[in-house]
Amino acid sequence: MSEVKDTYLDMELLRFTTAGSVDDGKSTLIGRLLYDSKSIFEDQYEAIEESSKRKGDENVNLALLTDGLRAEREQGITIDVAYRYFATPKRKFIIADTPGHIQYTRNMVTGASTANLAIILVDARKGVVEQTQRHTFIASLLGIPHIVFCINKMDLVEYDQESYEKIKAELEAFCTKLDVKDIRFVPISALKGDNVVHRSEPMSWYEGGTLLYLLENIHIGSDHNHIDCRFPVQNVIRPQSDEYHDYRGYGGRIAGGVFKPGDNVTVLPSGFTSKIKAVDSFDGPLEEAYAPMSVTITLEDEIDISRGDMIVREHNQPEVGQDVDLMVCWLGRNNLVPNGKYAVKHTSNEVRCVVKNIQYKVDINTLHRNEEDLSVGMNEIAKITIRTTKPLLFDRYKRNRVTGSLILIDEATNETVCAGMIV
Amino acid sequence: MKSYNLTHLKELEAEAIFVLREVASQFEKPALLFSGGKDSIVVAHLARKAFYPGKIPFPLVHIDTGHNFPETIEFRDKYVKELGAELIIGSVQQSIDEGKATEEKGFNASRNLLQTVTLLETIENNKFDACMGGARRDEEKARAKERFFSHRDEFGQWDPKNQRPELWNIFNGRKQMGENFRIFPISNWTEMDVWQYILHEEIEIPTIYFSHERSVFLRDQVIMADCDFIERRDSEKIEKRIVRFRTIGDMTCTGAVESDADSLESIIQEVSAARTTERGTRADDKRSEAAMEDRKKEGYF
Repeated sequence: MSEVKDTYLDMELLRFTTAGSVDDGKSTLIGRLLYDSKSIFEDQYEAIEESSKRKGDENVNLALLTDGLRAEREQGITIDVAYRYFATPKRKFIIADTPGHIQYTRNMVTGASTANLAIILVDARKGVVEQTQRHTFIASLLGIPHIVFCINKMDLVEYDQESYEKIKAELEAFCTKLDVKDIRFVPISALKGDNVVHRSEPMSWYEGGTLLYLLENIHIGSDHNHIDCRFPVQNVIRPQSDEYHDYRGYGGRIAGGVFKPGDNVTVLPSGFTSKIKAVDSFDGPLEEAYAPMSVTITLEDEIDISRGDMIVREHNQPEVGQDVDLMVCWLGRNNLVPNGKYAVKHTSNEVRCVVKNIQYKVDINTLHRNEEDLSVGMNEIAKITIRTTKPLLFDRYKRNRVTGSLILIDEATNETVCAGMIV
Repeated sequence: MKSYNLTHLKELEAEAIFVLREVASQFEKPALLFSGGKDSIVVAHLARKAFYPGKIPFPLVHIDTGHNFPETIEFRDKYVKELGAELIIGSVQQSIDEGKATEEKGFNASRNLLQTVTLLETIENNKFDACMGGARRDEEKARAKERFFSHRDEFGQWDPKNQRPELWNIFNGRKQMGENFRIFPISNWTEMDVWQYILHEEIEIPTIYFSHERSVFLRDQVIMADCDFIERRDSEKIEKRIVRFRTIGDMTCTGAVESDADSLESIIQEVSAARTTERGTRADDKRSEAAMEDRKKEGYF
């Protein structure tokens, strides 16, 4: 019994996103990963085999595995982010499969926001195109810690090492302009299966690991911030039962740092100080808790704390302010309204804001700043300043992806119209 | 250096608890849809953890088709009592009796589609503004496109081409009057994760998940349990087989698999060797390639 139980308990979770232009073979790559790692079931395979035949495809079209909506199958394109799951004995993987079309940048931002790693596909015949740069820029903007460039369709350039090296050099040059921590390159053929799960024979010149090897082994233990203690309070847990009559716990998910009983803490925005009495969970009190654990914290002193407050360490506090600079990706159908008012969601806090200033727009193909045309529409990236109705407790996004991110909501439609990263 | 890395089950658990707490904070009248199947049992277990040592701050809602496995109902009643939670039952039979839903006819008649009518009515009568469920993205291709917070208009409809982007772990539960949300705390779990979690947490589940002898018959290569709710063709002969169920839905649309897995460990071994999907035995998904998408657009889970 314990063997079954323990093997599986040892696994880590890696979330990755895939990006590439239309026809770069993204869906085929995912299909290949799932197929070669034996994560596709017979009935799924039979269903796509039949659909492929019906559509007149010669090969079984692995792309059909990921296109879940009727409109997607009809038009042969991916519209929305689809989530896929597979596991190897080492790790469990969550794939956010995001569409490559220009008009769907918002989906890539969505998929990228929770990812540890991005796979960016490049067609070996076409090399680095505008969309490759755009995807790389978005991945860096969203602070994805690891980027793996898959130079795909190597079979169509006769597995030529020079073609691969040329693209690799070009990408390396481009990435120096960006802030990316860890970059890898793999020459592959998703269609033929080279270097995806199995090593490629025709590309024996490539000495690195296969794509799956990278996915299984890239170090993700440092992807969360374990330095700055941040505990945004989600809710107050007061059982008011006989047994727990005076119990007052604060529920939340640790956004950074390590919390232990006995730690001296400060509660923001009030500034009251206290000591952690216990870090509680259903399974009993914990010796310590770190991101991204969900726990309940109790304090030695009775302090008035509610949702939206943050428990931090005395000598390591977040910034507190009402004027916040943001890099934003605009997601809404209507353009950003200069001086417009929006609702803001940031950690467990909800406030309102006014857009005070649009500093510049980024041309995501050239990375140039445009200070002339300041109309920000869907899928565009800009730097703006907002002023909030109440102070936010935040860190820079580069420092902490949880306390450094926020969304803006159109108060008339309730749509999420903007992804904001605090700079 | 000390490694601060959660195992994947712990990370999934933390994510689900975070979502459950967001629901309790962002909505006025949430409910947990509870079918007595393993996925909704796991969600109920997670809810217990999320609010411990407090009680689960919302009722459990069962949309009862009247065609349940008796073992499921027995389990449901026992479990709810243990939990000390409130149970609200929406009855499909009542919707039919009141003329709000029409029973399907013929050999493949099922009340699966009718559940939507009863579900929407139950939501309206109780003024629920958020209904949590145990649906998972790995179950079915339309579900792979779901958000954690899935917005529904005033008719309960899902608009898959027009979903709110969901960034980081910031969930936007804002809505107009009359609209509501469906919320899926275990979106990112797979069938295997659920079984491993049940084993690890020693969660009790209905007996029909385990191998047992049952009177069954074969229809379209699917093993169906013999019961009063299914009209059998003359060619469909009843026989005794050793089976278990991988998913639990209505008796009319849930097929069994032949299995001698009688413990969680042996189920996990069976699942890891399985070559067909969990819902492969579900007749309700097989009606067309977009069967799930179409039902969801109308308000199904």
